[in-house]
Amino acid sequence: MPAVSKGDGMRGLAVFISDIRNCKSKEAEIKRINKELANIRSKFKGDKALDGYSKKKYVCKLLFIFLLGHDIDFGHMEAVNLLSSNKYTEKQIGYLFISVLVNSNSELIRLINNAIKNDLSSRNPTFMCLALHCIANVGSREMAEAFAGEIPRILVAGDTMDSVKQSAALCLLRLYKTSPDLVLMGEWTSRVVHLLNDQHMGVVTAAISLITCLSQKNPDEFKTCVSLAVSRLSRIVSSASTDLQDYTYYFVPAPWLSCKLLRLLQCYPPPEDGAVKGRLVECLETILNKAQEPPKSKKVQHSNAKNAILFEAISLIIHYDSEPNLLVRACNQLGQFLQHRETNLRYLALESMCTLASSEFSHEAVKTHIETVINALKTERDVSVRQRAADLLYAMCDRSNAKQIVAEMLSYLETADYSIREEMVLKVAILAEKYAVDYSWYVDTILNLIRIAGDYVSEEVWYRVIQIVINRDDVQGYAAKTVFEALQAPACHENMVKVGGYILGEFGNLIAGDPRSSPLVQFNLLHSKFHLCSVPTRALLLSAYIKFINLFPETKSTIQEVLRSDSQIRNSDVELQQRAVEYLKLSSIASTDVLATVLEEMPPFPERESSILAKLKKKKGPGAVSVNELEEGKREGGELNGGGERGDNSAIAASNASTPSPSADLLGLRTGPPVTAAAPSAGSLLVDVFSEAGVNDDGFLSSAPPSVVSEDPATPLPESNELLNKFVCKNNGVLFENQLLQIGIKSEYRQNLGRMYLFYGNKTSVQFITFTTTVTCPGELQSQLNVQSKPVEPLIEGGAQVQQVINIECLTDFSDAPLLNIKFRYGGALQNLTLKLPVTINKFFQPTEMASHDFFQRWKQLSLPQQEAQKIFKANHAMDTEVLKAKLLGLGMALLENVDPNPENFVCAGVIQTKAQQVGSLLRLEPNAQAQMYRLTVRSSKDTVSKRLCELLAEQF
Amino acid sequence: MIKAILIFNNHGKPRLIRFYQYFAEDMQQQIIRETFHLVSKRDDNVCNFLEGGSLIGGSDYKLIYRHYATLYFVFCVDSSESELGILDLIQVFVETLDKCFENVCELDLIFHMDKVHYILQEVVMGGMVLETNMNEIVAQVELQNRMEKSEVNQVI
Repeated sequence: MPAVSKGDGMRGLAVFISDIRNCKSKEAEIKRINKELANIRSKFKGDKALDGYSKKKYVCKLLFIFLLGHDIDFGHMEAVNLLSSNKYTEKQIGYLFISVLVNSNSELIRLINNAIKNDLSSRNPTFMCLALHCIANVGSREMAEAFAGEIPRILVAGDTMDSVKQSAALCLLRLYKTSPDLVLMGEWTSRVVHLLNDQHMGVVTAAISLITCLSQKNPDEFKTCVSLAVSRLSRIVSSASTDLQDYTYYFVPAPWLSCKLLRLLQCYPPPEDGAVKGRLVECLETILNKAQEPPKSKKVQHSNAKNAILFEAISLIIHYDSEPNLLVRACNQLGQFLQHRETNLRYLALESMCTLASSEFSHEAVKTHIETVINALKTERDVSVRQRAADLLYAMCDRSNAKQIVAEMLSYLETADYSIREEMVLKVAILAEKYAVDYSWYVDTILNLIRIAGDYVSEEVWYRVIQIVINRDDVQGYAAKTVFEALQAPACHENMVKVGGYILGEFGNLIAGDPRSSPLVQFNLLHSKFHLCSVPTRALLLSAYIKFINLFPETKSTIQEVLRSDSQIRNSDVELQQRAVEYLKLSSIASTDVLATVLEEMPPFPERESSILAKLKKKKGPGAVSVNELEEGKREGGELNGGGERGDNSAIAASNASTPSPSADLLGLRTGPPVTAAAPSAGSLLVDVFSEAGVNDDGFLSSAPPSVVSEDPATPLPESNELLNKFVCKNNGVLFENQLLQIGIKSEYRQNLGRMYLFYGNKTSVQFITFTTTVTCPGELQSQLNVQSKPVEPLIEGGAQVQQVINIECLTDFSDAPLLNIKFRYGGALQNLTLKLPVTINKFFQPTEMASHDFFQRWKQLSLPQQEAQKIFKANHAMDTEVLKAKLLGLGMALLENVDPNPENFVCAGVIQTKAQQVGSLLRLEPNAQAQMYRLTVRSSKDTVSKRLCELLAEQF
Repeated sequence: MIKAILIFNNHGKPRLIRFYQYFAEDMQQQIIRETFHLVSKRDDNVCNFLEGGSLIGGSDYKLIYRHYATLYFVFCVDSSESELGILDLIQVFVETLDKCFENVCELDLIFHMDKVHYILQEVVMGGMVLETNMNEIVAQVELQNRMEKSEVNQVI
């Protein structure tokens, strides 16, 4: 008999689902769904009280509609009602609805919590499990506050049923993840650890997830789990395939639990106790031995389960990195898998070997598989596997095999999948630089890279090759010769033209002795590409030309002729025109001495972190490229550039590289903007960050007592108002970014409450220490907003990101923004900056739909002069209707269609929710496309609100 | 941790979605579409693991999936899970469905979405594995079933 009763379902539901399935078109389906939604809505709103069965049926229909991808914005209340039903099936569907369609609507959470509380104390295990499930799935802070104290008790109580214990363990884990501060393990620690000894394997399975998470955070308090885990593992590993009965899966005893135990052990170093360690090594050896035994079943599930344990065991061996014997065995085992017929195993073997390659004991052993891995890169049908092979080649690369690996990667690039080309290009560039012994090889490799995959060669890669050529005398002649040859190809990539232009402009003289590459030949070759290139490249070429005039006086008249032509000197692009005019003038009025000084060879670049490594790291996300690797890259880079001080930022390097002729600036002839606008804004921001904000410059003039200064600890960055304005109509995005730090923001608002997540990302490879943030409400804002911020970790590793949660309660309406002050030390220097948190009054809007008649009636009621604020202003952005609509919707009010008689105008309505009161607001925006002007009128029941909204909005359009 | 469990058919029609990390509804839909797009273009005999989904959790995020007849079962997980372990888990879930429904097919999932959810709840809770023993899971489902039956009988 099937365990699920198919017949006793809800008939109405089955009919509805059949209807949907019979719909011939998407439109018909939507129509049917809307009809049903209207029906349910009216049933829920109707006067007649619904019985439990009907509620259950309708809630289930809503769930089905949600599954089809439609938003469900009602029914929550009915679902909550079902929670207190004493019928199991009604309760069950109520909890399911809440878990799937969770809405952190605070009032409902309180009701839900009440129901959960009742069920937890009901002593009915099935009800308790439902309640625990709900907590674990929703996991909101309010739930943690209500239940974090109770659940550990349920978990360790002697009379708790096993199934409830299992649920309690995972429930607690969820609460710990969301609100670690509320889950206090203290007295429970030892009893929770001892769950590893529980008789019931299901309890151990659930508990081990909890213990693993707790151990990661508090390794010392939980370290007794190591010996318990080892003995549990040992008992499983040595048991026969039938000992564990139900927990034996396709002849493998408790595979899931074994994996989890091995994962838990990876949170700790090798056990210090000799006996425990001996037992563990024995287990690992047994697991490795079993891999060689003939399979007990031909089913793929059998080998999957067995290998799941094997891979975790190998991970643990790699993690310990202390048993050469086991490491080599692990490597051999993976080597076998590299040629296994199961794709999954080949994939996992490549992945594990990647970590194995970084161990000194096994690096050489990994290298012996190079041919197999190269073969995988060439022949695997699955891109996921090829990607792993490329990663492994990158990881096993060292001086001895760099040439072979780089050559293979280059040849693979010609046919590589588009999705991984960019990453491959970065990897080739890094390996070529890191392991270059002779630099002609390096130059060849990078030029090949541009030739094969020019489109995927990012700016960083070609900047880097130029930096290296400029810093190394011994390769300059070779580089000039090679680019010259590369440029002779009939079609060459624009990046090649950039590198060619730059290098010939600097070092073309080194090959000018050969009549085949005489100055004029070089110039003509470059100029033949000119018309095919984009503006920035043309600008770069013009700079190369003026450098030619200095290097080769004999080309002067030819080049002047080119500069003088209408297509240059009257070019419609301002930058090109300016360069042509200035360079022409420079070449005709400056003496050779001045010219030689101005157009001197570029000085060596100061050494800095390879921008390519930084880019790869960014692409792969934190953790993918270890900090070690970066450090190593730096060290190697230092060698290569002959040392030099670090500390510049790569954006400035970039601007140097792409504006090859700072000479123009030297003469002061230049007034236009630089070609790449990358550096200036970042540069000026840096000044702000590095200056210790809060030290008032006008100290000697100021007569104010020092206490005033401490009250206002820091002045926000000058651009912080602009940053604030960026977030008026949106809730998520990047709040701030400079060379060191990026601050991302995510926020959500409900009624008068808001929650903001700030993400602080360390963009450097060096850790930030004593990182602290403070949020303050200056002046009267203190009494208007209640802002609470959780402390952040004081240490941010290079490339890592930490998160901070800020809770906001709007007490009454306000105009200022809270200030966020950030302090940290980076390489010894104190950084201090202050920003405005983008909390603006409109965030607390609740949209209000109303008909035309109502709108104008309300509008008339708000007729006191001070209730209205109006602004007429010029459009700052294109007057695109869709963009305007999106912005107004982002504002949080309801955008009312067909209300204003003039269809060009926009009207909106909303209510601002504050703790003290609700402020109704109406808005009308009248665009005048001809004059490119707007008239904005805001009316609300409170004058300060009208004024503030008007100010905020006038900056948005 | 399991971030989400998605079941959809060969045409990308969702048959069960369960998120264990909060995402707004439109984001959920986007994740389903992206996942279907990634998974559906793969041959049947390539590997069952896949990276490249951009919407959940960045680089620490893998799709582990199995394709059964008309349905894809996709588990979106982070690196704390064993890949082969999750494959086993999918198998356990599907075998359990098969036991509970007797030769489960897509129609069962459509008409008994709630039941499928309840069965899943016996296997995964809040993104973590609750139970892997199929007999235990089926026993729990049968218990629920008996309670349902007794309620129906009370009404009659």
